Amino acid sequence: MMATVFEKPKSLTDAPFHYCPGCPHGIIHRLVAEVMDELGIEGKAIGVAPVGCAVMAYDYFACDMIEAPHGRAPAVATGIKRARPENIVFTYQGDGDLASIGMAETVHAAARNENITVIFVNNAIYGMTGGQMAPTSLPGQVTQTSPYGRDTSHCGWPIRVSEMLSTLEGPEYIARVAVNNVKNVKAAKRAIKRAFENQVAGKGFSLVEVVSACPTNWGMTPKAALEWIESDMLPYYPIGVYKDRSAAKEEK
Amino acid sequence: MAKRVLMKGNEAIAEAAIRSGCRHYFGYPITPQTEIAAYMAKKMPKIGGVFLQAESEIASINMVYGASAAGLRVMTSSSSPGISLKTEGLSYIAGSDVPALVVNVQRGGPGLGGIQPSQSDYFQATKGGGHGDYKMIVLAPASVQEMASLTMLGFELADKYLVTSMLLADGTIGQMMEPISFEDAEPKTYDKPWALTGTEGKRTHNIVNSLYLKPDELEKKNFERFEKYRLIEENEVRYEEYMTDDCELCVVAFGIAARVAKNAVKAAREAGMKVGLLRPITLWPFPKKPLAEIAGHAKAFLSVELSMGQMIEDVRLATGCSRPVYLCNRTGGMIPSPEEVLAAIKAAVKGE
Repeated sequence: MMATVFEKPKSLTDAPFHYCPGCPHGIIHRLVAEVMDELGIEGKAIGVAPVGCAVMAYDYFACDMIEAPHGRAPAVATGIKRARPENIVFTYQGDGDLASIGMAETVHAAARNENITVIFVNNAIYGMTGGQMAPTSLPGQVTQTSPYGRDTSHCGWPIRVSEMLSTLEGPEYIARVAVNNVKNVKAAKRAIKRAFENQVAGKGFSLVEVVSACPTNWGMTPKAALEWIESDMLPYYPIGVYKDRSAAKEEK
Repeated sequence: MAKRVLMKGNEAIAEAAIRSGCRHYFGYPITPQTEIAAYMAKKMPKIGGVFLQAESEIASINMVYGASAAGLRVMTSSSSPGISLKTEGLSYIAGSDVPALVVNVQRGGPGLGGIQPSQSDYFQATKGGGHGDYKMIVLAPASVQEMASLTMLGFELADKYLVTSMLLADGTIGQMMEPISFEDAEPKTYDKPWALTGTEGKRTHNIVNSLYLKPDELEKKNFERFEKYRLIEENEVRYEEYMTDDCELCVVAFGIAARVAKNAVKAAREAGMKVGLLRPITLWPFPKKPLAEIAGHAKAFLSVELSMGQMIEDVRLATGCSRPVYLCNRTGGMIPSPEEVLAAIKAAVKGE
């Protein structure tokens, strides 16, 4: 007899991903979809796609979807959640979208403890537009718009979003994960699941920062890009749970 | 007859919105329209609605986008500089074909300008404002009563055609008080099978989106949208005519300018001049046909505006430049007196 050992989550459509070879967006989409399947929330979910590489996420997630203006996904999600509090609302955003043009929307949705789930993919570069410097590009990182390496005396320092948001009273859960190896991918899924469970339980704003790779625009092989996450990204962006109000309460 | 109540223009908008079934308001503070938010903040929590003060004008219009995509009747309000910030969202809302009601209680510009009444956002409202090919229905109230009735109409037309209705008011009508009455009729609603409600596993997913990377698809979408706009131009033009049947000079004015102009037209008639007034109620679609008809007998037109002359271009287009169109204007928050308009009428009659 044949046994099914692997299948596509129900929460993904049959549309083939357009992502570059070696891009972890596919893994992260899959993690979100698996979590929606496991929690049985696909029929109630409404996703908000960003402007950036994941702009066409609306074709890939099988739940109802909307495509937001650049950076505005948390505001659009707020409108949806306030209109339909019984639905499960999530955004899926990159670093340029969330941490540069949409920083105000991000901070204030967190400050309001808006009961939404935010998946924040940090790959330290603008991918869709061909590899420009992002708010999260590392010091010295060479990009199309920092061709001599990011000069912090000229254009400032990369922003640690999870640390910054965790200083706010508002949000329920802020965690940073990575998808550079199997162990980290499994931990990433647990964090994403937690971020959705929090919303189901009405606990409030939950953001998972996923440290990811962009082999194409980093100019690396997929394998080298995953190694660069470990050697260069994670020292600046350490993995961890930065805020967990419910867990903090339990400890007391 | 429905009971008459004394209300401020801005509050009339808010009350009319609630009576239209709007239970979601997102906004950001700006003078001279704050009474709308204040009214909503007080009322919404009592009736199971949502009032949310957003972190910015940009966020508030995107909250409107989200709530509207979720199928609810929703609005925001602001004043000129705030509307400039909202135009990004207005373009996305247009490109996604979802409805919205947006109120602009205009103040003087450009830049931070002033806080006194103005009509200088006419171009921004009627010609697009944001990027791309799109239109909004633009309604111009000239009384507190119309602040209410055009708000209700705005919601209905937005749902009917899946467009933004913009109430283009000004600081005077927003701030003044007049007795008004509300109709008791139930608000007309429309089915929204496209809305984001969750699939419940019963249908394929709904997508609200303005992105079309294939140029032929985007072109097709734009053609379809303009077919809808053509229907609006055919069916939704609204205007008021006053003594235009035999007029030799036709004054064209909207909003508060039309009220001043009407007094001047009355005075001109008393002085024996054949003058009439056409007051557009919809600025888009613009009342082109009646103006073209009036051009058949009138010798000239006079556009009275609280701007450097914006609507005047549409008057010229509507009349095919077949008659001279004069301008009587004040700007920066100044309002012409009836005497000033009368003087402009006399000059226009003489062809000056």
